[in-house]
Amino acid sequence: MMNKQGRPSQPQSDNASKSFETFSGHRGLQQEEGIIFDRARSGETGVDLPIPGSRPSRLGGLERTEEIGLAGLSEPEAVRHYVRLSQKNYSIDTGFYPLGSCTMKHNPRLNEKVARLPGFADIHPLQPVQTVQGALEVIDTLAHWLKELTGMPAVAMSPKAGAHGELCGLMAIRAALEAQGDARKVVLVPESAHGTNPATAAQCGYAIKTIPAADDGLIHLDELKAQLNDEVAAVMLTNPNTCGLFERDIVAVADAVHAAGAYLYCDGANFNAIMGKVRPGDLGIDAMHINLHKTFSTPHGGGGPGAGPVVLSAALAPYAPVPYIVNEGDGYHVIETEEQSDVSPLGRMTAFYGQMGMFTRALTYAMSHGADGLRQVAEDAVLNANYVLAKLKDLFSAPFGDRCMHECLFDDAFLKDTGITTLDFAKAMIDEGYHPMTVYFPLVVHGAMLIEPTETESKETLDRFCQVMRSLALEAKDGQSDRFTQAPQYTPRRRLDETQAARNPVLRWLPPKSDDISPLQAAE
Amino acid sequence: MTKKFTEDHEWVALDGDVATVGITSYATEQLGDIVYVELPDTGRTIAAKDEVCVVESVKAASEVYAPVSGEITEANEALADNPSLVNDAAETEGWFFKMKLSDAGELDGLMDDAAYAEFVKGLG
Amino acid sequence: MRYLPLNDQDRSDMLGVIGASTIDELFTDVPQDLLLRGDVNLPKAQGELDVERALSKMAAKNTVAGDVPFFIGAGAYRHHIPASVDHLIQRSEFLTAYTPYQPEISQGTLQALFEFQTQVAMLFDMDVANASLYDGSTACAEAVMMAHRVTRRSKAVLSGNLHPQYVDVVKTQSQYNNHDVVTNAAALTGDEDLISAIDEGTSCVVVQYPDVFGHIKDFTALADAAHEKKALLIVAVPEVVALGAIKSPGAMGADIVVGEGQSVGVGLNFGGPYLGLFATRQKYVRQMPGRVCGQTVDAEGKRGFVLTLSTREQHIRREKATSNICTNSGLCSLAFTIHMTLLGEAGLRRLAAINHQKAVQLAENLEHIDGVEILTPALFNEFAVRLSKPAAHIVDRLAEQNILAGVPASRLFTHGDAQDVLILAATETNTDEDITALVSALEEALS
Repeated sequence: MMNKQGRPSQPQSDNASKSFETFSGHRGLQQEEGIIFDRARSGETGVDLPIPGSRPSRLGGLERTEEIGLAGLSEPEAVRHYVRLSQKNYSIDTGFYPLGSCTMKHNPRLNEKVARLPGFADIHPLQPVQTVQGALEVIDTLAHWLKELTGMPAVAMSPKAGAHGELCGLMAIRAALEAQGDARKVVLVPESAHGTNPATAAQCGYAIKTIPAADDGLIHLDELKAQLNDEVAAVMLTNPNTCGLFERDIVAVADAVHAAGAYLYCDGANFNAIMGKVRPGDLGIDAMHINLHKTFSTPHGGGGPGAGPVVLSAALAPYAPVPYIVNEGDGYHVIETEEQSDVSPLGRMTAFYGQMGMFTRALTYAMSHGADGLRQVAEDAVLNANYVLAKLKDLFSAPFGDRCMHECLFDDAFLKDTGITTLDFAKAMIDEGYHPMTVYFPLVVHGAMLIEPTETESKETLDRFCQVMRSLALEAKDGQSDRFTQAPQYTPRRRLDETQAARNPVLRWLPPKSDDISPLQAAE
Repeated sequence: MTKKFTEDHEWVALDGDVATVGITSYATEQLGDIVYVELPDTGRTIAAKDEVCVVESVKAASEVYAPVSGEITEANEALADNPSLVNDAAETEGWFFKMKLSDAGELDGLMDDAAYAEFVKGLG
Repeated sequence: MRYLPLNDQDRSDMLGVIGASTIDELFTDVPQDLLLRGDVNLPKAQGELDVERALSKMAAKNTVAGDVPFFIGAGAYRHHIPASVDHLIQRSEFLTAYTPYQPEISQGTLQALFEFQTQVAMLFDMDVANASLYDGSTACAEAVMMAHRVTRRSKAVLSGNLHPQYVDVVKTQSQYNNHDVVTNAAALTGDEDLISAIDEGTSCVVVQYPDVFGHIKDFTALADAAHEKKALLIVAVPEVVALGAIKSPGAMGADIVVGEGQSVGVGLNFGGPYLGLFATRQKYVRQMPGRVCGQTVDAEGKRGFVLTLSTREQHIRREKATSNICTNSGLCSLAFTIHMTLLGEAGLRRLAAINHQKAVQLAENLEHIDGVEILTPALFNEFAVRLSKPAAHIVDRLAEQNILAGVPASRLFTHGDAQDVLILAATETNTDEDITALVSALEEALS
């Protein structure tokens, strides 16, 4: 029978009218989602567990009597809750993420698959070593790759992230100096350094002195030399630096540092730009951490976990922390304590072996690319950044010339007199569907915008991005400030009140009617 | 009452032998919304230029130095609950601490109103 | 290469736009005599199939915990993780997002962190928790440093029954800051005198709960003694599932509670990545290390979340930061919070009860064996036994029979009389058959 209820199959003119508030608060695919404590009931659970046995308790009278207050959800509710939350996130899988210094490259799924093999994921760090020879082989093999790529003789694998690797490297330097009876007090850090560098040096008991940047964005060699003396334990340098430039005086820097009896630490956050092109060991570097979650593509996971193995020169190698692996021909052994070691470990950075789950991913990535592919990674990363720089430099303001390494830096001079800040510009990019570049870092230029495309973006993506960036710049210069100052508009939340968050910190949910007189305010 | 200023943008007002210290309106404009003031312990003896407390905005933390030497007698507890007082009334109710001077002569080395205005102008 | 979208035509077109004729013109700042002209001495690129085959071969050399009777704990515990946890953390938007520095497009990560912080604070019975640290051992070291800042003192007193690797991490972290670390000798019976070690220079006392030999003790008196001397009590919880069954550290008067969150949602992973939990009292919040998520409103007045109190952190405070930590254990904290939400109060309580029952069952079976003496009277899911033969030898022998019997104390303690002590854990993953297999193999090995 014929269906006479013909329904419109074209948008009607009034379908295009402007937005309105919905009853539900949802906006189509954009679902509002409350926090679990708003609705969950304490008796609810999403796991089916057997009834516990009834043997006499051995809790020694310490049985919990108070309710914890945890909220529970059934599996379908929990899955929906977290899937909805996920949809409020930007990610590298869903869009271009040119966050300078952070290296948001594609995360291959083979890495994930390998890390989840039960032979890696379901083994305990304190199993007898003869039952984990394959795991130790992964660590030893990755160590070999890292040493070859950096031209360094040793590597400490256990540091948990970049900053932890910095700490390990500086401790090795301090241990080496103290072994020589040389108690130096100062670490020199360039103005453009990541905040972790001075924070790490302080955590290692050093006083920090800052080396100002030269006008070309590079380290001021004469300033450095002027500050070098027998009080200086180390210089911490990032190369390529945070302005996206290769420190071309690096060999002279290393020579000067060594002549002063100090060590050269390199922040390896940007190793992805030079991997397979030049080896840090050849540049005179004594210690450098490698962020496996940047250069070796392990996922950032919304803030971690990372991994920060530290390659060490021959002078620092004896001070590498425990545990470390030795292969004496009859299989792998582990030196787990300072007593078992025949050298002078600086101590232990963490329980167990470090970020095994990141080692399997990083090794999978490295073997996939191979020596040839890893060089291509660096070349394409540098090519992509220079391409963006070339496409934008006439409308944006590039303070340090028309060449860069893996990332390109702009300042806010092009926004002068527009009333639009770097932050406004970044938020407008969000409305255009892009994650903003890194903003206000490094500190050496005003209103910094640091763009790192990475090698895993296509020319088409970069072309489209540059078109959009140019359009935004033209609008900004044209005085159309509303779309910048009011941005973002097409996001689950508009700009958030960070002042209120910091003035009256609400760091957890509390039951609405708490008798607690804590100054914490209950969430709504 | 004498009011003097430092190059680190603290003001100090002397009433008898008690000096009240805060940060200038210019400083609060530079810092933006103040979200927290780490108040000093009372009873502490400090020398001029010592770091006494820290004032924080969302994206910056700045040290506040003692403009002159003496003993801290009182901290402005109102700032603990209401740091925005510093933005609203930097040079009155938004004071940070009071101190008993050990050498009132030190005040002579500081800028007066006019000199500070000139100093700020020079900062562009 | 499958991960590189540019082809040679693209590369040459792009070089044209840049105004360079070769790629190496972009590397002219690199000392030319050091620029590599060929590949480094490593294997060439391989396809998925070959790489997976090579890695699988390495994986196959390991004894998988789930394949054998397995009783190892000592800081990492094998628990069942619901299938939905791993599915959810592999959502692209969680897995491949960066730290939530742009809150408008990171509300998913931020809200999950807010819920996570709430769960951790509740479990420990503390006011506030941070957004995670690397693992339990580094969280412990951070807690000691924080106690030094809070008290303006520099001596930490560590329990002899704190996991020796945690002790080593604290000592390593303290060695260059003129911080004293006083350690007690290990106490197999769980009885040690920490109170007399507290003096006017002590910033904190650090205890583990349950301790490395599985003992559980009430630390209320210790907390009182510490507070009397204006020192802080730090409690390290290596197995958070325990808190579903036993009194919370907060209820005992702890000032800082740290934990290893691995046992909820994360898995064994040969020791990492794990999840450092960190919670404290409200009054110390500005001395806390690490990121914190807070609730606020957006420009339209809607509830939203941001990273806050950032002036404590390295990217703003630089050398005066409370810690150098930047990247933390984001995705592991997500796995933890999802698993904890699935458990809920009822699930966690039951899971804890099952764990305790399994451990009691194991203990009851072991104490009938000649040559086994249980050393841990009050326990959660882990305990120590003294064997009539060296424990390392017994563990190796059982491993040859594909039974992973526990951790010989000699692997953790290089000093002392621990040669014959074995530490065993039991969880909900252990079957009656596992326990029977262990008991009979142990009986035979000790006879």
